[in-house]
Amino acid sequence: MKITGAEIIIESLKREGVRHLFGYPGGVVLNIFDLLYDNKDIQLILTRHEQGAIHAADGYARATGKAGVALVTSGPGATNTVTGIATASMDSIPLVVLSGQVPTMLIGNDAFQEADIVGITRPCTKYNFLVKDVKDLSRTIKEAFHIATTGRPGPVLIDLPKDVTSNKTEFVWPETDIRSYKPTYEGNKWMITNAAHQIAKAKKPVIIAGGGVIISGASKELRELAEHAEIPVTMTLMGLGGFPGTHDLSLGMLGMHGTYYANMAVQDSDLLIAIGMRFDDRVTGKIEAFAPHAKIVHIDIDPTSIRKNVRVDVPIVGDVKRVLTVLNKVLKEEVKEQWGEVRKAWLKQISAWKAERPMSYTWSDEEIKPQFVVEKIHELTKGDAIITTEVGQNQMWAAQFFKYDKPRTFLSSGGLGTMGYGFPAAIGAQLAFPNKLVIDIAGDGSIQMNIQELATAVIYKLPVKVAILSNRYLGMVRQWQELFYNERYSYSHLDVIPDFVEVAQAYRAVGLRATKPSEVEPVLREAFKIQKPVFMEFVVNWKEKVYPMVPAGAPIDHMLFEEPEKKEKKLKAVK
Amino acid sequence: MRHTISVLVENKFGVLSRISGLFSGRGYNIESLSVGETIDPQISTMTIVTTGDDWVIEQITKQLNKLIDVIKVVDMKELEHVEREMVLVKVAPRQQDKAEVLNLAEIFRGRIVDSSQKTYTIEITGDEKKIEAFIELMKPMGIKEFVRTGKVAIAREGMKKKG
Ligand SMILES: Cc1cc2nc3c(=O)[nH]c(=O)nc-3n(C[C@H](O)[C@H](O)[C@H](O)COP(=O)(O)OP(=O)(O)OC[C@H]3O[C@@H](n4cnc5c(N)ncnc54)[C@H](O)[C@@H]3O)c2cc1C
Ligand SMILES: Cc1ncc(C[n+]2csc(CCOP(=O)(O)OP(=O)(O)O)c2C)c(N)n1
Repeated sequence: MKITGAEIIIESLKREGVRHLFGYPGGVVLNIFDLLYDNKDIQLILTRHEQGAIHAADGYARATGKAGVALVTSGPGATNTVTGIATASMDSIPLVVLSGQVPTMLIGNDAFQEADIVGITRPCTKYNFLVKDVKDLSRTIKEAFHIATTGRPGPVLIDLPKDVTSNKTEFVWPETDIRSYKPTYEGNKWMITNAAHQIAKAKKPVIIAGGGVIISGASKELRELAEHAEIPVTMTLMGLGGFPGTHDLSLGMLGMHGTYYANMAVQDSDLLIAIGMRFDDRVTGKIEAFAPHAKIVHIDIDPTSIRKNVRVDVPIVGDVKRVLTVLNKVLKEEVKEQWGEVRKAWLKQISAWKAERPMSYTWSDEEIKPQFVVEKIHELTKGDAIITTEVGQNQMWAAQFFKYDKPRTFLSSGGLGTMGYGFPAAIGAQLAFPNKLVIDIAGDGSIQMNIQELATAVIYKLPVKVAILSNRYLGMVRQWQELFYNERYSYSHLDVIPDFVEVAQAYRAVGLRATKPSEVEPVLREAFKIQKPVFMEFVVNWKEKVYPMVPAGAPIDHMLFEEPEKKEKKLKAVK
Repeated sequence: MRHTISVLVENKFGVLSRISGLFSGRGYNIESLSVGETIDPQISTMTIVTTGDDWVIEQITKQLNKLIDVIKVVDMKELEHVEREMVLVKVAPRQQDKAEVLNLAEIFRGRIVDSSQKTYTIEITGDEKKIEAFIELMKPMGIKEFVRTGKVAIAREGMKKKG
């Protein structure tokens, strides 16, 4: 029996196990929307902006590990997804984006609402397709999911001309075999053995765990490696949660806003074991001065990540989970422990660094410190929550003062740094985990970039919580201007911010506000009890800065800290 | 260093722009690029001449390999191979130089493919050195314009990998 392209799309999505789509309608996708009207298997979440839809699909993907799916119309609908596609691409997040297109006959004619979205998204997708013949449709959808979710994951866009959704053909669900796409999963055994010997020999090893650990689902294997070989673990922003933040061997995050002890350990190390991370410049600082004494073992599924930014002594191309499984086996069965005493000295040095400069901030009795809010969230949730972030200071404090023990509980736009990501991403994550506490840690600037999605959260009864660290500034920009531009706060003051409590109420959500430190805990407790979306505005000290900070382009052990006179006050204030 | 990279790609819509977009997006040079079908009409070969140090060339080959439509990437530096390029040179020699132009074309095994009252168009095929040498010799004769095809390259049969 012949069925329409739109029917093929729905059937293919079902076969891929898709239960939720995020989207927004328009002329050329109406054939598909019409089928969704009474479809029992697939629910569409109607967001209030296509950027909201794409970030929500991304949040859904990061929280579950499955592909997030978005459906939008041609032209402006499609171009509105570009920021979200680039966000997912930079962080290796699997998405399948279905965009409507004008009928094949009209393509290239500057037709109404035509945009060359395949051309526009070519550099920010893992792959994209324009389907010109309904006969190619099911195979294309299958390939899109395959490409998005395997190897190094990423977003894939499928452009669907309107006539392709109405033309008919027989439905076939083909096998996929893309001869030119064969990711490498198994690491080279000889290289892995080489790495094991380096680990056995090393006096000051450090593991740097990145987003690849989370993508690969390799937290267990990573922990086994760290505990067995007694190696401290630092994480990139994207790696947070890949190794328990509360573990004794955890050094927290490294890099520009990393901990003192993580950066010191990396710089002093004689062996870096880089696992599923890509040596971003926020991580390495000045590249020539990065880890000058260290040999580098680098495990990554994408050969282009290896030797892109730093020299590598032992390159291992493969999937983290599989490589670590073999590495752990080799360490236990072939290499055997040789490091006992040597490691003690190294771990002692690390404890000394931890004691010398722990993560801290100056307490105030009068004004709310943003770090305090994040700490309280961690304390009250006991770490059992999914945290999303916006971008800026809020994001860094969320990374520094909440300890992530589980993978897929910290969702943040790392590579692109997209303000406006966190709130829709929280909505996507909440949809995937209706019973989890999902909290967006936000800035008062960023939250306004996709604030319209509050309607989505209310309508679909997704009780996300938004903790707005309200400083009336584009805080991270202001921080740079204070430190590097002589306090010339050029266009970083927000002047007017809306009354977030009233905004929440206007959308039929709940708004709460805290202006004093003593109000922080009660506001959080109340919000966590409410089964509705809640905006919490924490009016925080606007001068607060994110520390430690490595100025852009400096080596990562050249860190700035809070000024000493403030430190003294802290000693007096904190019991 | 200059490298000739041979890339086997799926003969699909948009592949050329994926490759050229990779080069422009990442700031790599393309000195020349030529594309053509292979014996299997579903596959094309692109021959790309690019420059860069070892790090850059390594990234270029890895990035090319990463593209979904790329089947195989070969840096010709690693193989014994034959390279050829064709150039069409239009010269407008003075009367007293005409014989010399024809003579040089002959020596370079060129062919006159067009001639007019004032000009000759000469077709020369060869490796880079030969083409460059011919162009150098023609310069004093009054080159009006020339067009190069860009290089194509193929591995020699039965030869081992270099090094
Ligand atoms: C304001 C701001 C400040 C920032 N400050 C910092 C900072 O101080 N410190 C910091 O670390 N980051 C910081 N970042 C984030 C930074 O920009 C990068 O996003 C981050 O460092 C990249 O993390 P990653 O290297 O783990 O790479 P990801 O982008 O997570 O990449 C994952 C890597 O793993 C590989 N991979 C994927 N799947 C697998 C698999 N199955 N097996 C093996 N490998 C796999 C991929 O090929 C890739 O190389 C900041 C961002 C912003 C916006
Ligand atoms: C879409 C977008 N535009 C601009 C920037 C540059 N930028 C980075 S941080 C920042 C300020 C963020 O301000 P806010 O959301 O109030 O957070 P805060 O830093 O105050 O916590 C800006 C403008 C960005 N990351 N994303």
